[in-house]
Amino acid sequence: MTEQAPILILLFPFLTAIFVALLGAKVPAASWPLTIASLGASICATLTTLIQVLENGTIRYYVGGWAPPFGIELRIDGLNALVAVTVATVAFLGAIYSKDRVESETENKGPQYYALYLLLAAGLLGIVITGDAFNLYVLLEIAALTSYALLAMGNKRATLAAFKYLIMGTIGASFYLLGVGYLYIKTGSLNMVDIQEQLIANGLQDSSTVQVAFIMITVGLWVKMAFFPLHAWLPNSYAFGPTTSSSIMAPLVTKVMIYVMVRMVLTVFGPVYAFEVLDWGNIVVWLAVIAILAGSIGALAQKDLRKMLTFLIIAEVGYMVGGVWLVDETGMTGAIYHIISDAFMTLCVFLFAGIVFAKTGARDIYAVDGLFKKMPITMIGFIVGAFSLIGIPPTAGFFSKWYLIQGGINSGNWEYVIALLISSLVNAVLFFRIIEIAYFGKKPAEGHIHHHGDDHTKISEAPITQLIPLLGTAAIILLIGIFNKDLVAVIQDFLEPFNLVAGIR
Amino acid sequence: MNPAITSSTPLLACLASLAAVLPILLLRKSPNLRESATFVAGFIKFGLVVSMLPTILGGTQIEYTLWQILPNLSIAFRVDGLGMLFGLVASSLWILTSLYTIGYMRGLKEHSQTRFVAFFAVSLSATIGVAFSANLFTLYLFYEMLSLATYPLVTHHQDKEARTGGRTYLSYLLSTSIGFVLPAMIFVFLKTGSSMEFAEGGFLAGHVSGKEALILLLLFTFGFAKSGLMPFHSWLPAAMVAPTPVSALLHAVAVVKVGVFCVIRVFTGVFGLEFLKTMDIATIIAWAAAFTIVVSSLIALTQDNLKRRLAFSTIGQLSYIILGVALLSDRAVIGSMAHIAMHAVGKITLFMCAGAIFVASGKKYISQMDGLGKKMPITFAAFTIGSLSVIGLPPTGGLISKFYLVTGAMDAGQTALLIVFLVSTMLNAAYLLPIGYRAFFPKDPELARQPFSWKNTEEASLPCVLPLCITAGLALVLFIKPQFLLNLAGLMVGHGG
Amino acid sequence: MVAIEALADKFNYWVYIVIMMIGLYAMVSKNNLIKKLIGMSVFQTAIILFYVSIGYKDEATIPILYHDQVHGAHHAEEGDHSDEGAHHDETHAMEAIAKEATHHGNDHAVDADHAEVDEHEADHVIDAHVMHNESDHAFEAGHGGLDIDPNQFENPLVHVLMLTAIVVGVATLGVGLAITQKLYGEFGTIEEHEIIEQLRTGND
Repeated sequence: MTEQAPILILLFPFLTAIFVALLGAKVPAASWPLTIASLGASICATLTTLIQVLENGTIRYYVGGWAPPFGIELRIDGLNALVAVTVATVAFLGAIYSKDRVESETENKGPQYYALYLLLAAGLLGIVITGDAFNLYVLLEIAALTSYALLAMGNKRATLAAFKYLIMGTIGASFYLLGVGYLYIKTGSLNMVDIQEQLIANGLQDSSTVQVAFIMITVGLWVKMAFFPLHAWLPNSYAFGPTTSSSIMAPLVTKVMIYVMVRMVLTVFGPVYAFEVLDWGNIVVWLAVIAILAGSIGALAQKDLRKMLTFLIIAEVGYMVGGVWLVDETGMTGAIYHIISDAFMTLCVFLFAGIVFAKTGARDIYAVDGLFKKMPITMIGFIVGAFSLIGIPPTAGFFSKWYLIQGGINSGNWEYVIALLISSLVNAVLFFRIIEIAYFGKKPAEGHIHHHGDDHTKISEAPITQLIPLLGTAAIILLIGIFNKDLVAVIQDFLEPFNLVAGIR
Repeated sequence: MNPAITSSTPLLACLASLAAVLPILLLRKSPNLRESATFVAGFIKFGLVVSMLPTILGGTQIEYTLWQILPNLSIAFRVDGLGMLFGLVASSLWILTSLYTIGYMRGLKEHSQTRFVAFFAVSLSATIGVAFSANLFTLYLFYEMLSLATYPLVTHHQDKEARTGGRTYLSYLLSTSIGFVLPAMIFVFLKTGSSMEFAEGGFLAGHVSGKEALILLLLFTFGFAKSGLMPFHSWLPAAMVAPTPVSALLHAVAVVKVGVFCVIRVFTGVFGLEFLKTMDIATIIAWAAAFTIVVSSLIALTQDNLKRRLAFSTIGQLSYIILGVALLSDRAVIGSMAHIAMHAVGKITLFMCAGAIFVASGKKYISQMDGLGKKMPITFAAFTIGSLSVIGLPPTGGLISKFYLVTGAMDAGQTALLIVFLVSTMLNAAYLLPIGYRAFFPKDPELARQPFSWKNTEEASLPCVLPLCITAGLALVLFIKPQFLLNLAGLMVGHGG
Repeated sequence: MVAIEALADKFNYWVYIVIMMIGLYAMVSKNNLIKKLIGMSVFQTAIILFYVSIGYKDEATIPILYHDQVHGAHHAEEGDHSDEGAHHDETHAMEAIAKEATHHGNDHAVDADHAEVDEHEADHVIDAHVMHNESDHAFEAGHGGLDIDPNQFENPLVHVLMLTAIVVGVATLGVGLAITQKLYGEFGTIEEHEIIEQLRTGND
């Protein structure tokens, strides 16, 4: 059983999706338990895989027993084992949150929602564990198509945003597909590791075809991950989609794309090619700096809570793209660590936004008015997420910045360091603005209030199915912060063979 | 290197007040039980700190590593002379302030007292954490924790003024710590590759160039903005919107002292005095501090709001400490460290008096306090003693530390800075003494003619007055028995004071 | 002249790029949502064309192996395991075609200047693949026993890939149309600027 764990990661949500779609029409109430059960099983499978990877090293699983380079291979090493656990866990927590919200936000579409949700989870998990470049494209589109549908379930704005996302997403995926085509011309292979071996064995480093392939794949992924200035599709779709949909998409979709970029850079093209032959690292870091600053400024301008958060995603994408292109082991470690920590941070704040929307029905940041009194537990969860995004120890966000800034200093990219610091400060402003409103209320009294003794404002917390994922996420943020050493050890084990320390640039 | 023993006492001392948060929250329905939880925690904490005193005075340090959080870097505690000195000050004054809080908060029937008490306890944990940090990373961790834990205290009133004050407070403290300290710390970590443990004589020597050292020094000194060094001082007057117990403990003792404590740590434990001497880069800090001293004293003269005047006085006094350590001479550094304690005792007295005056008479402005000494003789007597200590006049402890600072300046051969000390002392006298004097000897002949009688006094309640009497007494005691403080400080510069 | 030759030599690239740009233009600049979707289909078709064209070889035929080409050689050698063996051989024959078929004439980058270099590389690739598969004894045996020349067959793999891509494209178009329909239901128009206008005037 355990040796089949890699494929089970994918099969649980995938098969359940079909089942839910079929059964849902008759027994809609069964959808949610089935979803939870299958995602829970998927988490177990990812954990099993992670443990196997830690014990025995990279797992190569041949789907259907067909050996690569022709059969499809699931190839799991330290990097994607970690990301797979993250994806499965976020999907699981998001599914718990969906229980009460699905009916109120997307009426009578429960089973469809869960079927799509599971397919999206299966697609994302597949992207993470596959070792085949074309297979990745198909999974990319599975994840994308379900995303469009999940978003279009929202209000009018969301539907239009979903359409734009569909156009942009297709362009991005098509570029990726073209890039894979060019790679195939040169190497005759679609297996990631095999491509890398062919590139080295045939000395294709100087080939302009490979160069075109690399640029197309990278740009395609940038569109998909909303790297500024290719981000236009993101804010509206995540801000106006149903809160349930955005609670899985906002944390995962962009992060998984960054994982794919890391995979392409390290495993497919190899760091020597990506950073040395094609020496545009500095330009990319500057682009990342612009992305970080633009995301932060964009966030400052927003009055809508979720829209503000979407701009933060754009800034965070800049963090990670920049971190990868710093060409420094610590920077790369930071970028990868940030994939994990940012997934949970984003989930945390989006869950909070969802809960606030559920409670008040309002979208703007003033909806949090006086929430410290009304929903103290929810606020605790939010504060952990907010502190993590600001980067206050010992939350996970602090340690991502710790590694990323180290990487920036090591490689001498001071502009990146400064951008990170500015963005931290902007995040502090943004979140303390919210905390202030929640604490003081919209219009604090002019004078000095003297209540007699402690007040007794009615506490009306969110339902337990919304609190559990929020607090669970908050706990995970703290845990991966406190235990970051162990996490980073896994990442560094993975990075060791790439020898980034040598300072390629 | 000093001999060291491993013991979890520093950790326990740090956690004692944090652990009190739970009982405080659980006992929120009955204020008396809640307050007793605070006191129990306070005494346990103080007891733990004191229990380490003999070991430290004996020249042995106490270490404890809690958790290795990053490769090469742990959350670790180590108690040395300086940490001990600060820990003693903070933990002893917490007990007194808790007593005072009861009188003040209940006297004014403040809202959300439970929240207030709980965050107070958290702040204290952070303060002791800073005091006992073994390395820069742990120090930073607790420093940030303190900034955040004090925010609800500063903005306790939850009105418009509190919001504005709170904004200034956090934006100054967070922007400097994230913007300056964090990159500086990461740079140090990268350059030295070490665990950033504070070491006698520093650990930076030989790892950085002169220019880098200068930039780091500036980033650290200004980054720890809790020290109130100009131009990053505005948060301190802004934070005076807080209830007076907060101002008293946090803004005369814990928060601001954490700021200067961090600066001293960086000077002595990270750079090392010898290294700074050879690099000759501390002078710029010394002049920044001197500038702050003079300017803040002048501003203080113009303030009519008592708490604001005290706030600006604090800014000046903090810069004494920074100036002392920036002089780099042993005596000046000892003076700096001793001044942490001396000023704490003096200033907390003043703040408590200000609060007591407000509780009893509702008066905030100095101009209203003419002749008030006849109604509140005990409070104003304590206020006068506190003033003397802050100015540095006998018979108070303030004299001792000032004496060390001044002679330290002479040792360092900085005549110009010596003059700064003298001028500012006169300014201190000019803005503090008239308050007490006018209270007892009012200008208004009408008031002056009123006979004094104990029957007419309108002091604040006992929990308010008792602590400020004790601290005033402490200021006097420290004049007679300063030796153990000087010994603790002396440990840090390599001899027994 | 060199430029024209290069152009003619790689006309399939130019064609696909032109078609792709037409599609992209429609996707980005058309106001009508259906036109956008048409642009998207054109765009995707261009990519399919690109893939299929790289599998093309002069005078090659469709990659279907006749029964005797595969089985004849094998029955003699393996007897009992003929089914399994045949299965293997079929795969490897396909693989051989897929691997080697990718080159010959079509493998150049868009950049004409590198034509010569690329030609050189192409040879390398083929060599490398033979070497790559040397360890694979089953393949060697199978290959040796088969009476096929990879150059006679087109690369089947790209067709297989494109079948998948077509399915993906159809699905995308389907979702796109569904969303368009929903938009029409909500706004009563499929002109993007009118929709945005409606959103701005705030009847959300």
